[in-house]
Amino acid sequence: FPGLADVSISQDIPVEGEITVPVGSHSPDEDYSTLDEPVKDTIMRDLKAVGKKFVHVMYPRKSSALLRDWDLWGPLVLCVSLALMLQGGSADSKDDGGPQFAEVFVIIWFGAVVITLNSKLLGGTISFFQSLCVLGYCVLPLTVAMLVCRLVLLVGAGTVSFIIRLIVVGAMFGWSTLASTAFLADSQPPNRKALVVYPIFLFYFVISWMILTFTPQ
Amino acid sequence: ITCLVMYLFAEFDDAANLLAANPDATTISIDEPVEIPKNQHSRLQEPGREEDDELLGTDDSDKTELLAGQKKSAPFWTFEYYQTFFDVDTYQVLDRIKGSVFPVPGKNFVRLYIRSNPDLYGPFWICATLVFTIAVSGNLSNFFIHLGKPTYHYVPEFRKVSIAATTIYAYAWLVPLALWGFLMWRNSKVMNIVSYSFLEIVCVYGYSLFIYIPTAILWIIPQKVVRWVLVVFSLCLSGSVLVMTFWPAVRDDNRRIAVATVATILLLHALLAVGCLAYFFDAPELDIPAPIIPAHNGTTVITKSH
Repeated sequence: FPGLADVSISQDIPVEGEITVPVGSHSPDEDYSTLDEPVKDTIMRDLKAVGKKFVHVMYPRKSSALLRDWDLWGPLVLCVSLALMLQGGSADSKDDGGPQFAEVFVIIWFGAVVITLNSKLLGGTISFFQSLCVLGYCVLPLTVAMLVCRLVLLVGAGTVSFIIRLIVVGAMFGWSTLASTAFLADSQPPNRKALVVYPIFLFYFVISWMILTFTPQ
Repeated sequence: ITCLVMYLFAEFDDAANLLAANPDATTISIDEPVEIPKNQHSRLQEPGREEDDELLGTDDSDKTELLAGQKKSAPFWTFEYYQTFFDVDTYQVLDRIKGSVFPVPGKNFVRLYIRSNPDLYGPFWICATLVFTIAVSGNLSNFFIHLGKPTYHYVPEFRKVSIAATTIYAYAWLVPLALWGFLMWRNSKVMNIVSYSFLEIVCVYGYSLFIYIPTAILWIIPQKVVRWVLVVFSLCLSGSVLVMTFWPAVRDDNRRIAVATVATILLLHALLAVGCLAYFFDAPELDIPAPIIPAHNGTTVITKSH
C-alpha cells in the first residue's frame, strides 16, 4: 500500500485495549442469564421491587428508584383491587349505581395515559412508562382509603361514619397528589408546572369521589 | 473548484428555503426584482386596515399569518407536530381564561389572547373539568334536595358522567367544526377580512366553556331563581365573548345571514347550559310530598311533581 506509507500515528494518541481469550466455560455464578434460576427467585425479585416502590410511595422523598426501574405490576394490582372493592354498591336500577368494574379500570388507565401524554406534549422529559408507573403506584393511598371506608361501612352508615370517611379519603387524596407531584414535578419545564399538576389533581379527585360516594347494599 | 460550486449551491438552497418560508421578507438580490413591488403593495394596504386594528388587536396580521405557517412545519405524523398545540405557559392559560370570562369591549378574544398560538390544553382540560364538575354537582345537589325524605336512598349516578362527557365534548368539537365549515363556505362567496382557523375556533369555544364551571358549582344551591339567574349571567358573559369574536367574521356578509349565524351561536350556547341544568340537576322545592307507587316489577318508583 504505497499510499499509506506516510501515515503515521502521532505520539500523543495512546493506543490501548484488551485482548482476552476465553478460557473454559463460565462457572454458574458468573452467568447473567436468569433462565436457570428457580422460579421462587424470579418471583421474589419482582415482589421485592414492587414492595420497595410501595414504601417509596408511602414515604415520598425524591428518589430515582421509582423512576428508573419502572414496572406496571404494582399499578395493575392496585387498580384491580380498587375496582373490585368498588363493586357491590347499591342501585335501584343498573343505570344509577356506582361505577362498574370496567369503568373504574378504564378511568384509571385511560386517565393515566392522558395525563402522561399531556405532560409529554407540554415538554416534559419523563418517559411514557415511567409516568404511568408513578401515577399507578400513587393510587396506593387511595386503595388504603377504600379499604378503610369499607371497614367503617361495615360498622355503620350514619353521619359519623360519613365524616370519618370524608376525613380519611381527603387525607389520602392529598397524600396521593403530593406523592405523585413530588416524583413528577422535576421533569417538567418550570413555567408549566401548574399546567401539569392540575390534571393529576383532577385525576385523583375523581377517584376519591368514586371512593367517597360508595354506598353498600 | 467543484467544492466551491457545491458550496455555492448549498447557499442557494438555504436562501431558497428561507424565501419559501418568508416570501414577504425583504431580500436584496440581483435576480429577483419582483420582491420589492410586493412589499410596497402590502404596505399600501395597511392604512385601509387600520379601522379593524382595534378588533384585530395587531397591525401586522400578515406577519402573524406567516408565523403561524412557520410554526406548524412538522409533518402531522410526528409527535412534534402535536407539541406545537401545547406551546403555552401557565400565565398564558390563565390570561386566556380571564379573557373568556371578562369580555373587553371592542377587543377580539382571538387576536388579543390567542395571537396565532391556539392551544389544545385549555379546551381539553376545561371540558374534562366541566364534565366532572357537572356530574359531581348534580349528584350533590340531588343528595341535598332529597335528604330529608325517608324513602330516599343515595345513589352515585355514575352513568351520568359518560353522558355528560359525550355531550360536552361533542359541543366543544362538533359545533366549532360546523361553524368553521360554514365560515369557509361564506368566505368563498364574500371576501371577509377576518377568517379563523379551525383550531382557533376550537380554542375560543373551549375557553368560553370555563364560565360554566363555577356556575355548575353554584347550581348546587337548590333555588330555582338562583339557578336561572346564574344561567342568564354566565350566558351573557361567555356569549358576549363569542359574539365579539365572530361578529367581525360575518358582518361583511348578507345582514340576515350574519345575524342568523350569531343568533345560532348564542342559541346553542344557551341550549347547552339549560340542557345540563335540566338533566343533571333535579328540580328543587317539591311542595307536594311525592306518593310512592309500587311498580309491577317490585321496585318502588317515586313520582315527582314538577
